[in-house]
Amino acid sequence: MSDTQNTDPVYVTEALIAEDIDAYLDQHQHKTMLRFITCGSVDDGKSTLIGRLLYDSKMIFEDQLDALTADSKKVGTQGQEIDFALLVDGLAAEREQGITIDVAYRFFNTEKRKFIVADCPGHEQYTRNMITGASTADLACILIDARKGVLVQTRRHSYLCHLIGIKNIVLAVNKMDLVDYSQDVFDKIVADYTEFAKSIGIENFTAMPISGFKGDNIIGASENTPWYKGPNLIEHLETVEVLTAEDQSKPFRMPVQWVNRPNLDFRGFSGLIATGSVKPGDAIRVLPSGKTSTVTKVVTMDGELDSAVAGQSVTVCFADEIDCSRGDVISVSDTPPQVADQFESTIVWLNDDPMHVGRAYWLKLGTQMVSATVQQPKYAFNVNTMEHVAVKTLELNAIGVATLSTDKPIVFEPYADNRSLGGFILIDKITNATVAAGMLQFSLRRAQNVHWQATDIDRAEHARLKNQTPKVLWFTGLSGSGKSTIANEVEKSLNLMNRHTFLLDGDNVRHGLNKDLGFTEADRIENIRRVGEVAKLMVDAGLIVLTAFISPYRAEREMVRKLIPEGEFIEIFVDTPLEVAEARDVKGLYKKARAGDLKNFTGIDSPYEAPINPEIRVNTVEMTPQEAAAHIIRQLMPLK
Amino acid sequence: MSDVSRQTLTHLQRLEAEAIHIIREVVAEAENPVMLYSVGKDSAVMLHLARKAFYPSPPPFPLLHVDTTWKFQEMYKLRDKMAELSGMELLVYQNPEAAERGINPFDHGALHTDMWKTEGLKQGLDKWNFDAAFGGARRDEEKSRAKERIFSFRTASHGWDPKSQRPELWNLYNARKNKGESIRVFPISNWTELDVWQYIHLNDIPIVPLYFADERPVVERDGMLVMVDDDRFPLREGEVPMMKSVRFRTLGCYPLTGAVESTAKTLPEVIQETLLTTTSERQGRAIDKDSGGAGMEVKKQQGYF
Repeated sequence: MSDTQNTDPVYVTEALIAEDIDAYLDQHQHKTMLRFITCGSVDDGKSTLIGRLLYDSKMIFEDQLDALTADSKKVGTQGQEIDFALLVDGLAAEREQGITIDVAYRFFNTEKRKFIVADCPGHEQYTRNMITGASTADLACILIDARKGVLVQTRRHSYLCHLIGIKNIVLAVNKMDLVDYSQDVFDKIVADYTEFAKSIGIENFTAMPISGFKGDNIIGASENTPWYKGPNLIEHLETVEVLTAEDQSKPFRMPVQWVNRPNLDFRGFSGLIATGSVKPGDAIRVLPSGKTSTVTKVVTMDGELDSAVAGQSVTVCFADEIDCSRGDVISVSDTPPQVADQFESTIVWLNDDPMHVGRAYWLKLGTQMVSATVQQPKYAFNVNTMEHVAVKTLELNAIGVATLSTDKPIVFEPYADNRSLGGFILIDKITNATVAAGMLQFSLRRAQNVHWQATDIDRAEHARLKNQTPKVLWFTGLSGSGKSTIANEVEKSLNLMNRHTFLLDGDNVRHGLNKDLGFTEADRIENIRRVGEVAKLMVDAGLIVLTAFISPYRAEREMVRKLIPEGEFIEIFVDTPLEVAEARDVKGLYKKARAGDLKNFTGIDSPYEAPINPEIRVNTVEMTPQEAAAHIIRQLMPLK
Repeated sequence: MSDVSRQTLTHLQRLEAEAIHIIREVVAEAENPVMLYSVGKDSAVMLHLARKAFYPSPPPFPLLHVDTTWKFQEMYKLRDKMAELSGMELLVYQNPEAAERGINPFDHGALHTDMWKTEGLKQGLDKWNFDAAFGGARRDEEKSRAKERIFSFRTASHGWDPKSQRPELWNLYNARKNKGESIRVFPISNWTELDVWQYIHLNDIPIVPLYFADERPVVERDGMLVMVDDDRFPLREGEVPMMKSVRFRTLGCYPLTGAVESTAKTLPEVIQETLLTTTSERQGRAIDKDSGGAGMEVKKQQGYF
């Protein structure tokens, strides 16, 4: 270790580049890669540290430096000195506010490694960006301002890093220059952090006293901290083990991305190997089908491979023509992953719109995309105290544990064993936003024990006997729009036409089946889910089912539509403007809601999402209930 | 698994595997993907990765060149050759309005980029209803790119909202969108300029000869060496093209692209020169400097790649 700092940076290799470019290229070609994140609270100096790493490794060009020097004087926070943070705070909004609001990726090289740094924002509401950066990181560098010690955000970020499975944690106690390089300050912070780390299960971390601004212990040991005997930051980053090495020692798994079939003579399965390795002659099993075969070759454009390992993208061919398509997982034959449809999961909510218990979201895990619902969380974590808190749902940045069910079985492994088969995202079906990230812990047994019982008299038989095509006439609209009145008229007409019908009315169902439900968003979703399931049983029995529910959310109406066979779900929008419905106020509910005596009332303090393409629309301002009913009947004809 | 020895993957192997994975995900999930092909070195690498991703099949999508009619002649030659080599369909789009109004880099300045490139790109994507477009942008190029996702969501009017980007976790990419919306996908986001050069070197990927030094006719204008690539170049009074040994670090419209004096005739020499140089890659381009420090960010919000 050199005893002066920055005079001989270990990673500036200009001399080699100038003298022997081929030797340099050979060196660069054999470098490994380490991905890491920096996180900490606002003003802990993350951007400055990264700016320093880029600057010291000559990743900043002269023209950028000129612009930086000028900018530093204009908007910098370091007086006349260069403000490295300006180098990395990319978006205009951030430069004005002086904080990093989105994760940014930076790159630099040393002689041994290429580094990808995710600069993760410290601002509390941007936790989702931190999780994004942490999910691909081999190492986390958690910054602490030596003057401030362990803060709430330090705990939150450490916890998130641990949660996402980062095993290498560096505690960089920054701004040591501002505390006179005091060993006492450093030791106190390390002691505080050790206690906290233990409490959340972090077994190991490496603490180092640094100054991103002055460059202490970044490259080489600093003269200012003779009491510190540990590694400097770069030295440490160059030597820690990367994730892919560990993944290679696990059993072979490869999620299939794409089936490659250019002609009748070639059929290969393409994917990125998640864990383990594969070679010709290996016995494999395709999940979830369980079919087995043998690998004949591992194909790439650079030639067939003798073997391929975790982290490589390849195409494999089998000896047998077995079914295998996107979403399947190819595994070593004797130790396959599990298949299940109900799980204990840890979920990090990433969207402004809170989690809707019971709503169907898309779940993407590996290359599998299925419909999934989440139950009410068992608990959420208070990230400041790490205590379990009872909650009804998860809001933006909340982390909780909940049961998750998928509409068909998926291939998975617990996240702790395999990130690729245990990590998932949830996608909103209407907005397509990525709303959550999650980790599967283990499967719940329901999946294996409940089977579908086949019956001899099927739905077609029920319908044939009643001489009608079963249908669900789903009336939706504001309270007081006339849903129940019109549905009643329609049922009367159908009855006269000798049709077998049943009317499920919102208020009536809440007296029985759904009397345990209130009017919160979660309860409204569950209300509609149950009604949907009942309607499904009734159409299976051959009935024409009429339902009259406000059913304010598009997502839940879509959920019911998906339950019912195609063409049998008829959405009828009873279109009445709010002013008209409120003026009618048949049950006096609007008056109560306006007075604040009735919470979560649709149209007042709870949204109504009007249908975009309903099968039938009736305008109750222009039509009487009888006219509306006649209009609906005409649209429904013929009924067989 | 004791019979299998561990294999340490180099950074280029990991970057290659990541890019191939990204390209396959798009093909699996998008309805109508396209690869934007600008004929530059980044496009060359991206195209090579696409060929690797689907080998022995040809990549199952076309190449789209948004042409400004002002590219270097050598670029057009390589473009046609690579399309043939890869077995992919080549689509060329030129904004008809820009053509009709005779928009050119000499008389119209920023309007040239706006109409031929930004508008041309939007029109081209709309014309064929592409819902996913691969681009060769890298995060190390420019500050706002450093914060862009690999799958970058665009509104129906091609706008980019940096504040509402989708979180991107592990290697799970969300390619879902509503009708009219689209995604731009950057498979080589995590590559640096050096990585690109080294990959071209290792894989022997064909690139436009303009990247190598040669005697070329140039004039000096506003501190930039500009190549006189065809007879549309309006010489100012007293200007005489001189032959100089020059090469290009980036390739765009020839009147807007500055050459550097160089003797680097081989790839290692080019890489050597690149590494020892003290100005950044995009500096030869005028586009980043508009509207203060946020030039590219503003352009991206308007729909530029």
